[in-house]
Amino acid sequence: MYKIVRKKELNPTVTLMDIEAPLIAKKAEPGQFIIFRAFEDSERVPLTIADFDREKGTVTIIFQIVGGATMELNSLNEGDSLHDFVGPLGKPSETEGLKKVAVVGGGVGCAIAYPIAKKLHNMGCEVHSIVGFRNKDLVILEDEFKAVSSKLCMMTDDGSYGTKGLVTNALEELIKDGNQYDEVIAIGPVIMMKFVCLLTKKYDIKTIVSMNPIMIDGTGMCGGCRLTVGGETKFACVDGPDFDGHLVDFDEAMHRGTMYRDFETHAREASCNLLNKEVK
Amino acid sequence: MAITRNMDPKKCPMPVQDPMERRNNFDEVALGYTYEMAVNEAKRCLNCKNKPCRSACPVQIDIPAFIERVANEDMEGAYKIISQSSSLPAVCGRVCPQEKQCESKCVRGIKGESVGIGRLERFVADWHREHCTEKPEMPVSNGHKVAIIGAGPSGLTAAGDLAKLGYKVTVYEALHLAGGVLVYGIPEFRLPKMIVQKEIDNLKAIGVDIETNMVIGKVLTIDELFEMGNEAVYIGSGAGLPRFMNIPGESLKGVYSANEYLTRINLMKAYKEGSKTPIKHSKKVAVVGGGNVAMDAARSAKRMGAETVYIVYRRGMEELPARKEEVEHAEEEGIIFKTLTNPVEVLGDDSGEVCGMKCVEMELGEPDASGRRRPVVKEGSEFVLDVDTMIMAIGTSPNPLIRSTTPGLETNSRGCIVTDGDNGLTTREGVYAGGDAVTGAATVILAMGAGKAAAKAIDEYIKGKK
Repeated sequence: MYKIVRKKELNPTVTLMDIEAPLIAKKAEPGQFIIFRAFEDSERVPLTIADFDREKGTVTIIFQIVGGATMELNSLNEGDSLHDFVGPLGKPSETEGLKKVAVVGGGVGCAIAYPIAKKLHNMGCEVHSIVGFRNKDLVILEDEFKAVSSKLCMMTDDGSYGTKGLVTNALEELIKDGNQYDEVIAIGPVIMMKFVCLLTKKYDIKTIVSMNPIMIDGTGMCGGCRLTVGGETKFACVDGPDFDGHLVDFDEAMHRGTMYRDFETHAREASCNLLNKEVK
Repeated sequence: MAITRNMDPKKCPMPVQDPMERRNNFDEVALGYTYEMAVNEAKRCLNCKNKPCRSACPVQIDIPAFIERVANEDMEGAYKIISQSSSLPAVCGRVCPQEKQCESKCVRGIKGESVGIGRLERFVADWHREHCTEKPEMPVSNGHKVAIIGAGPSGLTAAGDLAKLGYKVTVYEALHLAGGVLVYGIPEFRLPKMIVQKEIDNLKAIGVDIETNMVIGKVLTIDELFEMGNEAVYIGSGAGLPRFMNIPGESLKGVYSANEYLTRINLMKAYKEGSKTPIKHSKKVAVVGGGNVAMDAARSAKRMGAETVYIVYRRGMEELPARKEEVEHAEEEGIIFKTLTNPVEVLGDDSGEVCGMKCVEMELGEPDASGRRRPVVKEGSEFVLDVDTMIMAIGTSPNPLIRSTTPGLETNSRGCIVTDGDNGLTTREGVYAGGDAVTGAATVILAMGAGKAAAKAIDEYIKGKK
């Protein structure tokens, strides 16, 4: 069993958990993911690894409560155990030789961007972090990013915190200021990654994105996570989840991501109703 | 005891659920022989001296011997004979392509129908499960450890054989449930999961450890398995990435690989009311391919409520690689066979959903390298099949996770693990492999046969080291 040793609410919709999984903690690298199931009858859901502690044997996950499965996960508390926790899956992010990188995180995607920023910082790379949230209440990991970045741009859609605007505004300004990045790493909603890539293509800066499509097994069996990269079919679970953002067909990925939207809405409502009943 | 032979040229038919009823449920289609039927059918066996059926069995079950026990109504005796050779008799009795193996060599088949060997095997295994409360005996330990990768038919067979020889066997399974294709691929209506679970419980009872959620190549490498004290490793990791056709439109919503579609339904139980796993509830479905997986996907789609389900296959009915019984069952359930047809494009609507499949008609030309007549496109035959879902069941290519993390493990140009002859030895000492990881997509029984051969080779290898 995979015990929850720490649970922390980062904002009203985003939760952090440290999970006891020593074998995974020993092997995990930034960019890789795990698949969890809260209960015996739960869906399998992939989550990118947010951090890990090889000595304590824990893996940190940060998740947004968006559907039935994440609601179930959030219903568990410290001391409880997850039914299944498997990983580390996917290829680690490539960081070798990078000297100066802009790390762009959007919303809960910051949870995935952070371990990469940390790794880059620890290896002596100069990190500029640009993080974007809808509003002040949704900001996560600000101190963590500060600790590993020589520059941190905090953006909110409504201007309630940091600078009002999109991550692309801040990134373009940094580029125009003469910052020469070896690479931009963008992790967040597909639409954000798409626009970051459109921008960096203009300036011809290599850009890596982390894709998080629908998948079941996560080991290269179901093919549900396929995307088109440079005109070829790729599987996010074994070929990714990191890809060259200038080659990814984002529009197709967005379409595929909506495959079960109705079902998800229904499941979420059903879960809410169940929780409400329990409360009553 | 002298047996009065039953000289009926036809084999006793298998009682089945009515097609009109069964196409609406996931209960098992074939209901199994009654006791009387089994005894009667067993009496059709001539108990030939040279046992041609046995040599056509990938795991070499002593078929005439077990059938003789059935004829003598010694069901437990029959079970003991089968279980000497097969770790999963209740499974094989249901999913083996007997008409291409044991039954194809049956002497009774020359002037009539062969003995229903598969049906009798199933009966014996089911009888044992329902009547025997005796726990399997724990073998005496020989002090050696072996690791097995993949809890599918191949890995479980190797595990069973090695455990019986006294080895401490640990099976590592990537999914959350053991069984491999028996639980994620083959549907409930063809192989009830309770039966698979029971077979797995039997292995656990003889000391086999099964560790789920363990993706070897990621969480542990093969080298680490050796460091942990295992003296040999068997790779039975199965089929891998689903193949697509590389035609336009394959990324539209409503295009599934058969692996994904079946995994959602079987492993994740999307067929059950209130399941948390989403699946498209399709009206008109085209399944591309002609193997057992294609039949399973098509028949599952029907049961999930689809009104029209097509099998689209580029060769003819004669060339369908599926088990004959599956094709017949599919036809009875109203699956429409569009043979000599090949898709060229998937059509989508404004919201990115599948709304049709553009196909061409094919005709069979000269035989190709495989000896089968090569399908060629009929000029000007393009037409659109009105479907909202397309399921690709055209095979898989081996999983890259193990080969990319195991130095010295040679694979061929298709990514299949290279092994030496019949014993499954790879290019790494102490590492054996078998099943789909070696052959590419094949059958349960061939994977079991490979597991069996490798278990024997592993035993000889470890004993030879001393």
